[in-house]
This record gives sequence, C-alpha cells and structure tokens, in this order.
Amino acid sequence: MRLLTVLAALLTSLTFSFSTVAEGFRFTAIPDQDESQLQARFGKVARYLERELGVPVTYVPVKSYAAAVTAFRNNQVQLAWFGGLSGVKARDLVSGSRAIAQGYEDQFFKTYLIAHHSSGLLGQSTGDKFPKAIQGKTFTFGSKGSTSGRLMPEFYVRKHLGQAPDKAFDRVGFSGDHSRTIALVQSGAYAVGAVNYKVWERALADGKIDRNKVDVIWQTPAYPDYQWSVRGDVDQRFGAGFADRIQSVLLAIDDPELLEAFPRQSFVKADNDDYRPIRDTAVTIGLIDG
Amino acid sequence: MSISSAHEFHYRTALGPLSRTAALLTLVGVMALLLADIEIISPEPGLELTRMGLGLLSPRIPDQYVFVEALLNTLSFAFQAMALATLIGFLLSLVYRLAVVRAFCAFIRGIHELFWALIFLQVMGLSTLTGVLALAIPYAGILAKIFGELFEEVSPQPRNNLLVADHISAFFYTTLPLAWRSLCAYCSYRFECMVRSSVILGFVGLPTLGFYLESALREGRYQEGAALLYVLLLLIATLRFWLRRALLPVYLLAAFLLLPPVVEVSWDGAWRFFTVDIVPAPLRNNSQAQLWSWLTLLWQQQLQPGVINTLILGMAALLVTAMFALLCFPLNSPHFVRGWSRRFGDAFLIIGRTLPEYLLAFVGLIVLGPSMLPALLALALHNGTIVAHLVGRFSESLSLRQDAVRGVNLYFYEVLPRMFRQFLALLLYRWEVIMRESAILGMLGFATLGFYIDSAFEEFRFDRAALLIICSALLNMLADALARYWRRRLHLNTTPETL
Repeated sequence: MRLLTVLAALLTSLTFSFSTVAEGFRFTAIPDQDESQLQARFGKVARYLERELGVPVTYVPVKSYAAAVTAFRNNQVQLAWFGGLSGVKARDLVSGSRAIAQGYEDQFFKTYLIAHHSSGLLGQSTGDKFPKAIQGKTFTFGSKGSTSGRLMPEFYVRKHLGQAPDKAFDRVGFSGDHSRTIALVQSGAYAVGAVNYKVWERALADGKIDRNKVDVIWQTPAYPDYQWSVRGDVDQRFGAGFADRIQSVLLAIDDPELLEAFPRQSFVKADNDDYRPIRDTAVTIGLIDG
Repeated sequence: MSISSAHEFHYRTALGPLSRTAALLTLVGVMALLLADIEIISPEPGLELTRMGLGLLSPRIPDQYVFVEALLNTLSFAFQAMALATLIGFLLSLVYRLAVVRAFCAFIRGIHELFWALIFLQVMGLSTLTGVLALAIPYAGILAKIFGELFEEVSPQPRNNLLVADHISAFFYTTLPLAWRSLCAYCSYRFECMVRSSVILGFVGLPTLGFYLESALREGRYQEGAALLYVLLLLIATLRFWLRRALLPVYLLAAFLLLPPVVEVSWDGAWRFFTVDIVPAPLRNNSQAQLWSWLTLLWQQQLQPGVINTLILGMAALLVTAMFALLCFPLNSPHFVRGWSRRFGDAFLIIGRTLPEYLLAFVGLIVLGPSMLPALLALALHNGTIVAHLVGRFSESLSLRQDAVRGVNLYFYEVLPRMFRQFLALLLYRWEVIMRESAILGMLGFATLGFYIDSAFEEFRFDRAALLIICSALLNMLADALARYWRRRLHLNTTPETL
C-alpha cells in the first residue's frame, strides 16, 4: 500500500520536469538585477514571442553572466538579452551569431558612480570631471562580467586615477548585480559604487532610494550596451529566415507594458559592429585577450 | 647534566607530541587571525539582522509549485549522485592499497563540488548530468577513502582462517560482511551531506532549493528564505524516518524518472573544453616563449594571493572552530547538562551542523559586510558544532568517580584532558574540509582561491581556472597528508564513520 502511495506520488511528480529539457525555442538574459523583476519582465517577453513566432518559447533563468554566455555557446538557448561585454564574448564563442536589436537607449548607455553620504562626496558636483576624490575609498562594481557595472567604470577609473582598481581603492568588491550595488552603497557597506543608470532610475521611481543617503556623483560618457543576440544556426533548426523574423518581432514591440519592463522606449536595429568599441575597451583593460 | 634534569627532559618529550601539535596549530591560528581581514564593514548590521529575525518568525511560501519542484530536484540530484558515487567509490576502494589510486582519490575529492559544477556547466550546460557528476565525483573520492580504510581495519582473523579461497571470495565472505555495518552507517551520513551539497549547487544555477534560497536572501525576501531554510532543516532532521533501505530502489527510480540524466549538448563542445579551452593561452597560440611570463603573471596576481588568503582563512578558521567546539561540547555532554537542556543543547549543535558553510557565509556577508569575518564565523559555526556534537557524545563513555568535582573544575581537570586526544583527532579530520571550504568561499567574494577561479570562469579563461583549481586541489592534498601524518604520529584514532 505504501509502495502504491509512493508510486502515485512519483507519477504526479513526473509532470514536473527540468525546465531546460523542454523542447522549443529558448532564451535567457544576464541576471543584472533582482531576479523577481527579471522573471516578470521575461515572462512577458516569452508570451509575446510565443504568440508572434508561433513556436513554444521558454525563458531560462541563470545565476551569472558567464552562465548566460555558456548557455548560448552550448545551444541551450538560441537567443539572449546580453550586456555589451557578455554579448561580445558570446558572439566570439559562437560563429555566425549576431546582434539583432538593442534598446533605443542602449545606443548611448551610461554608468552612474554613486556614493554614500558618509563618504563626503555627495553635493560636491564635479560636473563632467571625474571625481578624483573617490581614490582611497571603498568601491563596489556590479557583476565581474558586467559592461555598465564593471567594464566601463573600471576603464574610467584606470584612465583618471592611473591605477588598477585594487590599488586605487581601499577595498574593491563585486556585488553581483546592480540592485545589490545600490543596496550596498545605500547601507554604507561601500562608499562608492558603479551602477547601470537604467536600474538606478527604475529603483528611484520605485521609491527604493533615499537620496539623502546615496546619490549620483558622476556619469560616464555614452557607450553601446544591451542587445538581443541570436545564434547563427536558428534558421536551420526553426526554418529559413527565422533569425530575421525574431529581429522584426523584437523591433515591432510597441506594447508600453512590455517596453516598461526593460525599461526601454523602443527597440532598434543593431549589428555586431556596433559593439566594436566595447570589445576594444575590454582588450585595453585586459578582460579579453586581443 | 644532572640525573634529575635528564629525567625531567625525558618526561617532557614523552608527553610532548600531542601538546606540541596543539600548540603549533594554535600559534599558526593566532598568526592567521592577526593577518586576516576581519572587520565589520556593514554600518548597520543590527537592522538587517532584525529583518532576518522577523523573516525567520514569519516564513512564507510564495509559489508552492516552484517550491515542490525545487525540493524534488534537490533530492533527485542527491539520490542519483549518491548511487553513482557509492558505485565508483566502492570500486576504487578495492584497489585503495595502490598509492596512485589513493592520490587520485585525494585529488578528485580535493576539488569542491561547486568547482566541479563550474567545469561541467561549461561542458554540458545546465543539464541533470552536470549536477550529478559535480556531486558524484568528489563524493566518490571521499567514499573510496573511507571504504578503503574500513576494509583495512577489518579484523584479518577470519580471512586468515580460510583454508582455500581466492581473493574475490575472501573479500566477499569475510572482509565485506565485517565492514558492512560501518559502510552503511557511513553512507547514510554521507547522504545527509549530499543533500546539503545538492542545495548549494543551486547557488551556481542548478534548479535546487539553493537557486531560490540565493535569490531570496540576496533580495532580502527573508520570509521566503526562512521557509526554504526550514524545508532544508526538516528534510535533514527527518532523514532517518524516510530514508529506509527497502525504499531506496523506489527513490532512485523516481529520481531517474524525474530528472533523466541526459545531455543535450554536442560532444564536440566537451572535447573542445578539455583539449583547447583549458590549454594555457601561450601554448594554444603557439607562443611557447611566453608561457613563463604567463605563469609568472598568474602567480603574482592570482595564485599567490589566493593561496595565502586561503591558508590564512583556513588556519584562522581551524583555531576558531577548535575554540567554539571546546566551548560548546558540554551542551551535548551528560556530565554537564541533562534531560531537556541537553536535548536543546544538542538541537542547537545539530542545526549548526545542518546549515552549510557556504549558506552561512552568504548570510553573514549580507549582515556583516565583505571582510573575511563572515567566512570565518561560518566555517567555525558549521565545523565547530560538528566537532562539539561528537566530542559531547563520546564523553558519554567517560565514567567518573562518585566524588568527582563539578562544573568548571570537572571541565578543565577531568573531562577536557580525557577527551583531548579524541577532540584533536576530530579536528584534524575537519581540517581538510575547512581548507576545501576556505577555497570555495572565495566565490562569494572573499579573496581566497575561489574568488580567482570564479573570475576566470566569468572571463572565460578556462586555462587559468584549470590551473587554479589544480592548485586548490594540491593544497587540500597537502592538508590531508599532514593531518594523516599527525594522526598516525600521535596515535589518534576515531571511527571514520562518524565524520
């Protein structure tokens, strides 16, 4: 009898399955902020793509930027919402893959340097000039593989302070994602942090930021960032012209609710060459071998 | 030299090795503590701690479907990996006499399951086999060692009395039956560890409880985190009720059906990983001349600081673990507490033991900020409670005189001295584990080897990752060999099935 119960439980449990075993079209995204927000955002995207493309579409959540790139490399996902740097790495690893669309804002993205009030850096606007007073403070990046949270801020730190971050600062950390960076600097665990400006503005609008405690002290010059990249072999698997269809479907997104989830005002065309500056910067600071 | 002083000298050396070893470890531990970066960086740790406390008091399950799925995944990984590890471990233990096999086992268990997971994620992506192999390989190394040592310790008498028997019959009719009980006891203990490890795999993206635990804790959703934590504690606390030998085949079958260990990744990718990706960049690009500068740079920037910090954390944690265990073992010793207070005391120790170091350090990091302190406390809490629980239990066997002193005097003048040998033995067993964990905790941001290994994976520089992982394994092998040497030299015996 007990055995029967167990077997019954077993059969019902068979309805659960490992998400990645499911067939169909799969996509992922770099986990650049709170996972609950990502789930909400990409759940909507999956439903939209499914409706427009006519194939089952699944969003595969991952725990790190590297895991997103690896899933793309191993063909466990065919499409991904990458950052500038992760996209460059992914397309380097998968021949024939290409960037197809970016947010309108991603053409001129920027990083905010934010500081805790105890650092004494708030309220002394340096304008466009890099705030050299951050030297010797504690500093947190976002993820190790982030464009806006690592690559670009590290580039400007090296450029203006003339030193590698671990020499220029008292302590250097990697928070893991932008939401966490804001939380860490707001609590004062780090004096200064580098954060994706879109995540900052979203958190500000959601009332999660107390600007008496933490505020922006500088912004980087513009650079290209997030983009949708697709594997080159999707046409073989899903039919000729599939990649182009994905591109037009993404560019056609005009549902304000969907755009607001990113948040981007619209999606525009992108290609691999748009990200050459990112690649060059990564080579300059030694994150990619030339 | 007078006769009396010669006597005294002799007397001292006879007592010496045990206290000298303890003194040496203490000295190294104190030096490591002085060097370690252990400040509280979070300015308001109390606030976060209060929120966590409130969460613990009001656990909440937001999505039952996801919850049950994660739970079943956790168990499926654990069952499949345990079956595979037991099989491989058993086969290896049959030839454990060979030095090369012993070295091989030490090497594969020297690499933490999370490092194995990072490697297999590259080769097979987010698939069931990634999780199963990541868990099974290091556990096979551990089981081979324990099985092998159990077989060595079995009384040779029955075997020697056989009149005619080939090796195989002798093994199956004398050695194996004699070791069987210990073997099973050890396997059931290891399964408990396996469940914990399976949870932790979620931190790198496999769909176990850890996947949701990590997100919940990181985003400060402590009610959800608490619910997940209670499930983990409940799962392990009730293990002996549902882990029945007769049900094992059913569980295993369920595990295979639930998460079929299939790989959907091309083998070209796997082949490329082992033949191209992990080859040092200068060799890959046919510029052998630069190999030396590649190595020097890696040594200066990553290997040396990583190894030094791993050693500092490991040795400091060993000392704090020892102190914590000495302070806590009376909680589970009948000579100090009785009845309900002992039950409560032991429950505390068992809960400490059930929470994995990696999870504790992750929570500590949120509360205390990113110095080495959270890692140190996590290692001490987890390992200290294990040692304390066992020392307390072993102290049951001490029989005291009717007129024995009580309280502090009893502790310092009778129980502690009589338990010290066993305490040190347990501590040396834990040393290897502490070193392994010290390296892996770097993945959370402490500057030990794990930090550089994680960075190498993030940068897709698998050649660096491979070299760093090999070094972390060598470091563990060294700790293991040294602990083994000390245990032999100091004649410290403990039954291995307790660890």
